[in-house]
Amino acid sequence: MAQRSRLHVPHPPARPGDRPDFSYVRLSPAGAVIRPDVTASVADIESLATSLVRVLDERHAAVGPWNPHLEAPDLQVGLRHMLLTRLFDDRMQRMQRQGRISFYMKSTGEEAVSVAQGMALRPGDMLFPAYRNQGLYVVRGRSLTDLMCQCLSNTHDMCKGRQMPVMYHWAGGNIFSISGNLATQFPQAAGWAMAAAIRGEDRIAASWIGEGSTAEADFHHALTFASVYRAPVILNVVNNQWAISTFQGFAGGERGTFAARGPGYGIPGIRVDGNDFLAVYAVTQWAAERARMSGGPTLIEHVTYRASAHSTSDDPSRYRPRDEWQAWPLGDPVQRLKNHLIALGEWSEQRHTALEKELEAHVAACWKEAMSYGTLTDGPALDPATMFEDVFKQMPQHLARQREQLRALQALRKRSPQASSAPGPTAAGGRAESDAAQSDNVPGEG
Amino acid sequence: MAHMNMVQALNSAMDIMLQRDPRVVILGEDVGYFGGVFRVTDGLQRKYGEHRVLDTPIAEGGIIGAAIGMGVNGLKPVAEIQFADYIYPGFDQVVSELARLRYRSAGEFSAPVTIRTPCGGGIRGGQTHSQSPEAIFTHVSGIKVVMPSNPYDAKGLLISSIEDDDPVVFFEPKRIYNGPFDGDPNKPAIPWTSHPRGEVPEDYYTVPISRAAIARPGNDVTVLTYGTMVHVVEAAVRLAGVDAEIIDIRTLAPLDVDTLCSSVCRTGRCVVVHEATLFGGFGAELVATVQEACFWNLQAPILRVAGWDTPYPHAFEWEYFPGQERVAQALKSVMEAA
Repeated sequence: MAQRSRLHVPHPPARPGDRPDFSYVRLSPAGAVIRPDVTASVADIESLATSLVRVLDERHAAVGPWNPHLEAPDLQVGLRHMLLTRLFDDRMQRMQRQGRISFYMKSTGEEAVSVAQGMALRPGDMLFPAYRNQGLYVVRGRSLTDLMCQCLSNTHDMCKGRQMPVMYHWAGGNIFSISGNLATQFPQAAGWAMAAAIRGEDRIAASWIGEGSTAEADFHHALTFASVYRAPVILNVVNNQWAISTFQGFAGGERGTFAARGPGYGIPGIRVDGNDFLAVYAVTQWAAERARMSGGPTLIEHVTYRASAHSTSDDPSRYRPRDEWQAWPLGDPVQRLKNHLIALGEWSEQRHTALEKELEAHVAACWKEAMSYGTLTDGPALDPATMFEDVFKQMPQHLARQREQLRALQALRKRSPQASSAPGPTAAGGRAESDAAQSDNVPGEG
Repeated sequence: MAHMNMVQALNSAMDIMLQRDPRVVILGEDVGYFGGVFRVTDGLQRKYGEHRVLDTPIAEGGIIGAAIGMGVNGLKPVAEIQFADYIYPGFDQVVSELARLRYRSAGEFSAPVTIRTPCGGGIRGGQTHSQSPEAIFTHVSGIKVVMPSNPYDAKGLLISSIEDDDPVVFFEPKRIYNGPFDGDPNKPAIPWTSHPRGEVPEDYYTVPISRAAIARPGNDVTVLTYGTMVHVVEAAVRLAGVDAEIIDIRTLAPLDVDTLCSSVCRTGRCVVVHEATLFGGFGAELVATVQEACFWNLQAPILRVAGWDTPYPHAFEWEYFPGQERVAQALKSVMEAA
């Protein structure tokens, strides 16, 4: 046969109508992976990047060296946070379907990543999330009403109507603003951590991206900077198998694990069962301790599955088997922690049903309150003129002028609603309005 | 007062700010031990230590991304992009992140990053060491864009930029680092010592952002320009023998509209000059702004003199560069009109 190259195009093991096939996911038995000392050198622990850290076994027991030995009340809090995250997601999805919000992104099936990590980190640690980490907000105690108001772009929206739903931020809770552009937060987290190290603080940073986004240059920038300066940062790759319609093979997953990219940069890579609350908690604790003692960054790959659509604009039945999640070998994180607690004698089906009812009522009450602050179409509304604020710390003259033009247009509409479709001279954007703008008491450039 | 060239003036600005404000850090390629390929950060790492003045990996996206994170964590990073031509790998971090962080978080987060970058041609740098990409940045809401034309302004504006709570892209016209360049490559180089704006206080002072300067007062025509071209225009005005008012814009965004327009309304004529390419350039914005305010005062169409709409050529640099001759032609043309 003549020698010639041939382009390889990755194919997922199963498409719609096929039987789900996760034989490509390499598993380790629970408890089988060593837990090295946090001071271990990268070269000595490279196997962590290809094995799979698991704590919960088939009989729902916590086993092996990575068992974080959490007390039952902590486990119950973790279960509560995961369940609340799931119910919140479900409610918001339904509200999008009813046309109440424009868009939503669920984290169903991935709740253990945000919740266990959020609990393993300290409140002062700075989080740079992606758009599927709402569990971090639940752990840190931001009210669901506030998150809902953001999704509604209403008068209580933390983003003042400037961001799509789910692009939250919370300076007071040390959670960074979500961009919407992929992976940009990764080098920012490295930079934040560098600053913490420059000042000699014990606070660390953590950031999350999906496995698909590891293809972005910012992933490489983050690992390079974090490694070079030994920045105290935990870099998380949430490998949920799907980046919208492209499976993890299109990010290079056929050639090796995502955790294995760490050692190439001199960074420990740990591959963890992302649906095992205890395992995620334990590896995060390990990485945080290492970072706090100047041991530098850790790359954690969370092996999980995106159980829902990418977003409310997506229809996964067009590119993957409908029943794929049922076949996912690592199960459901909520169910697994629940079973563990039941096995410990610290939980029951009755208590679980009661908790679900309580949380559902809580979510419903939050939604009712959020709606009272307005929606995109009804109720009290933000003043559109606020759109000119926060472009700069102080509003420059040109923005003040444009705000005046908008206000003039609003006033015109109020006087004669019919005129709104016919732009008058005020809509032309000239400097004719500038005198009015200058008389306005606006902090200008002085 | 001391005589300083632009390199020394910029170095002095950073030296003073590193001294005054413990939050200030410098980062960039070759800026630390070596002191920068143009020597602008010379000696600063030795003086302030390698936690304040950091050499970085060769990754503009990483430099700007990390600077944003540092800014969020309370530092005031001054990032050097070695040539403006290299800034594009960091463009997403500037446009989608740095410029919009305050806005998208409704004021809860911001990153007061200053990005310094040498720009412009005249140094035989070809198409990857000569670009003037300022209009790509003035088009972005949420960043300030500054370009000084002399050592005094360079120092005062850089201090203002570092102190500013908003992000600033600070362009340094590298052809005039060591002396004012009037566009004639055959004349011997002139040092800044013979120029009044080469006299620079050694201490702290600021030049305000968003304030244009009148580089030469005049009555017949207003020339709007910035950076290296201020000096080219001064020479061209002498060549053409017109009483032109030359406005050194200094801050491109947010623009000092009032200074520009009150001059044009008074002279009734206007020429816009920049080194960057013509089409969609910053000059187009200037012309539009001026005609809105001054249309009824204008006695001639506003003309633009700019780089040709080609990539910056290596061998034909002086055919490409909008020199004195082209500027003088435009001046004569607007004076002769109507």
